[in-house]
Amino acid sequence: MKNAPAGVSSGSSSLQKGVEQDKAEESLITVYIMGKAYEVPAKATIMGAIEYAGHQIIRGAGCREGYCGACATIYRLPGDYKIRTGLACMTMVEDGMTLAQIPSVPAEKAIYDIEKLKPNVTAIQEMYPTVFRCVACGTCTKSCPQGLQVMDYVQAAKRGDIAAVMDLSFDCVVCGLCMLRCPAEITQPLMGIMAKRLYGRYLRKDSPELAERVKAVEDGAYEAEYAEMMTMSREALTKRYYARDSE
Amino acid sequence: MYPDYMAESLRKVEQTRPKRLELARKSEPVYPLMNAEERQKVLEGFHPDYEPSARRAVCVGPNKGEKLTTEVSDLLESHSWLTSEQVDLNKPDIETDVLIIGGGGAGCNAALIAMREHGVKSVIATKLRMGDANTMMSQGGMQAAVSRTDSPTRHYLDAIGGGHFENKPELVKALTEDGPAVVKWLEDLGVCWDKEEDGSMKVMHGGGTSRKRMMSCRDYTGAMIMRTLMDEVRNHPDMITVKEFMPAVELIMDSEGKCAGAVLYNMDSEEFFTVKAKSTIIATGGYGRLHIRGYDTTNHYGATGDGLVMAYRAGAKLMYMDSVQYHPTGVSFPEQIAGFLVTEAIRGAGGQPLNKDGELFVFPREPRDIEASAIIRECVQNGNGVTTPSGRVGVWLDSPLIDMLHGAGYTERHFPAMYRQFIRYGIDITKLPMLIYPSLHYQNGGIEINEKCETDIPGLYVAGEASGGLHGRNRLMGNSVLDYNVFGIRAGRYASEYAKKAKLGKLSVAHLDAYEKQLKDANVKTDLVTPILLPSYAPKDVKKRQLVRGGNTLPGASVLQNRLHDDAFSPAGAK
Repeated sequence: MKNAPAGVSSGSSSLQKGVEQDKAEESLITVYIMGKAYEVPAKATIMGAIEYAGHQIIRGAGCREGYCGACATIYRLPGDYKIRTGLACMTMVEDGMTLAQIPSVPAEKAIYDIEKLKPNVTAIQEMYPTVFRCVACGTCTKSCPQGLQVMDYVQAAKRGDIAAVMDLSFDCVVCGLCMLRCPAEITQPLMGIMAKRLYGRYLRKDSPELAERVKAVEDGAYEAEYAEMMTMSREALTKRYYARDSE
Repeated sequence: MYPDYMAESLRKVEQTRPKRLELARKSEPVYPLMNAEERQKVLEGFHPDYEPSARRAVCVGPNKGEKLTTEVSDLLESHSWLTSEQVDLNKPDIETDVLIIGGGGAGCNAALIAMREHGVKSVIATKLRMGDANTMMSQGGMQAAVSRTDSPTRHYLDAIGGGHFENKPELVKALTEDGPAVVKWLEDLGVCWDKEEDGSMKVMHGGGTSRKRMMSCRDYTGAMIMRTLMDEVRNHPDMITVKEFMPAVELIMDSEGKCAGAVLYNMDSEEFFTVKAKSTIIATGGYGRLHIRGYDTTNHYGATGDGLVMAYRAGAKLMYMDSVQYHPTGVSFPEQIAGFLVTEAIRGAGGQPLNKDGELFVFPREPRDIEASAIIRECVQNGNGVTTPSGRVGVWLDSPLIDMLHGAGYTERHFPAMYRQFIRYGIDITKLPMLIYPSLHYQNGGIEINEKCETDIPGLYVAGEASGGLHGRNRLMGNSVLDYNVFGIRAGRYASEYAKKAKLGKLSVAHLDAYEKQLKDANVKTDLVTPILLPSYAPKDVKKRQLVRGGNTLPGASVLQNRLHDDAFSPAGAK
């Protein structure tokens, strides 16, 4: 697949040696990118289609694999009143789709000192008070391209259940679609990040061996062995490597 | 869903599964490990780096005459966006103590440490958004020797053996001895590590590890770390200034040959800005989007090796830039996610690579270059791969074993991103294997550094994937996540120390003219202008129409349009 991006199923792609290329004609469909019609491959992702159309994305593409949330997209399908949401890198085009990317959702991050917060409802009240405006409509959950139970973690935040917020928001990619759709104007992903940090900082169970190991390194417990291996001949080191036991 | 014609092969995978499950439950390896000679043989025979056209000597700069990855030589033998007379250095637009180029894991760590340890202010200049970095995408985990059965020196031995004993020892020592402290640093910032019931770290194997030391945050490890670091950076707007969509395009030097900042480029307005800084940290990451040898990549959109070329023009030496990491398990099917990363933790948890007959052909956790080469050999030489409808080839990665080994629900709980990625296309990885093939993943080499992240150029520091020497010619899984933390922290520390004492002379970008002269003297003919900044994925016919606009071959017109010109070197351009 010389130089074609993932996301466009070109039907004539193969980088891999010794494989006959499939010359099958690709089928094209029409999508409307910000209202303008383009013919794009039927099996493209939205991101692949935008690039196939010749756009150079600057905002609106990041990791391209569903982790970074840069490519939030809204779209409608013909004959359907619903506004749909998705990540452009993960969502397939459909014939007649009309779409626009939302590469940035305005939102104010709370500025805080994690050392001065406690993992409870007070932190939520002080830093993200809009959470308490939630009317439990569930629009956030419906709009989440990750399929997260966003409303449930908002409810958990209202109860000060930081562990539940952590767990339910763990896979959030901060695309911002929920906060864009929220009629109560809550900034769910930002609150989720703070809750995860509060969990990691205060509610985790401490690892008994971690502190010991950090101290052992500080005390120089490994210096002698480092010195030995760093001055060893390559042969001796190779021998030790291949002779090492494995867990 | 898999096409019908794959059913026969899938049936064979199912048939061999009970026996392989039994093997996996034993303490013995499920397939014999390769010895040193076998490793060398599969590398030389099948690793893409060993193909005759994979490397060529670069004819300018500090590594002149050395054979580098061909695409890297192309990248380095290119024109700058700037010439010295275009850049007014009399009144810098921005002044700061430390300039950090790149807003990924290494850059954010450096900024936080500069502030915390030295009270030093910094500017983070990044091409896309902060966090648009390979850091965000690391799935499987981070190595650090925390368990009682493990030790930092054992981690050292694993890393240096995995790198074929070519790693710079002092860097591997720094990496492995700082590892445990990094775990604690991140945890105290609020990273939620996966834990056992008693609070000890949940650890897994990765390729080439002799102890379980892979720590994770489900399969969103990098995303968790990145978002935590970014959030903390944003808690200190008075100390850390973040400039997004503002990549550096060249370094600025002073009259004594010290690094003194950089020229930034605003991606929106296409303006250039000068930054004067007492020290500069390059944390620009890798080069997956150069699509070396035409491979798909697991990398983020901006991974175009910008830091390499900037530093090289300024006179910094590169190390091991002849070595490319192909991740053994990139997606081969479905086409829409081809090249995407399938975390090595899938094999760490018991997933097995299988040929079309459902048979094992390699130990699942050899070091990455060995594992990738073995997969290529199985497909190319032995013809035992499965061909996809678009003509790709791949081998199976038997993921259903994972729930069988660890209990129902394990895959969905620990690999939610992987599960989600495939279920979108109707493939339930708890019931069906994935079809995988190696994908361009990591820049093994980079700008040579020492354990203080110093380069040949005073005032220039490098951290993370942009640096070279730490991993030798092959990095192990989980060592890059540790890398950008350990060396991001170290770069922040030493660059701040330096900045406190540094006195800059007169600013200059005369090195650009000197480099241009070298190109001319070496008779290099290229219309490539770098850094590349972003790949273009426009189809060829679209590009042709874009290039109708004339007079655009050198700087002066739109940077983004210029990038499209060179057909011979086409980092992403369709041929």
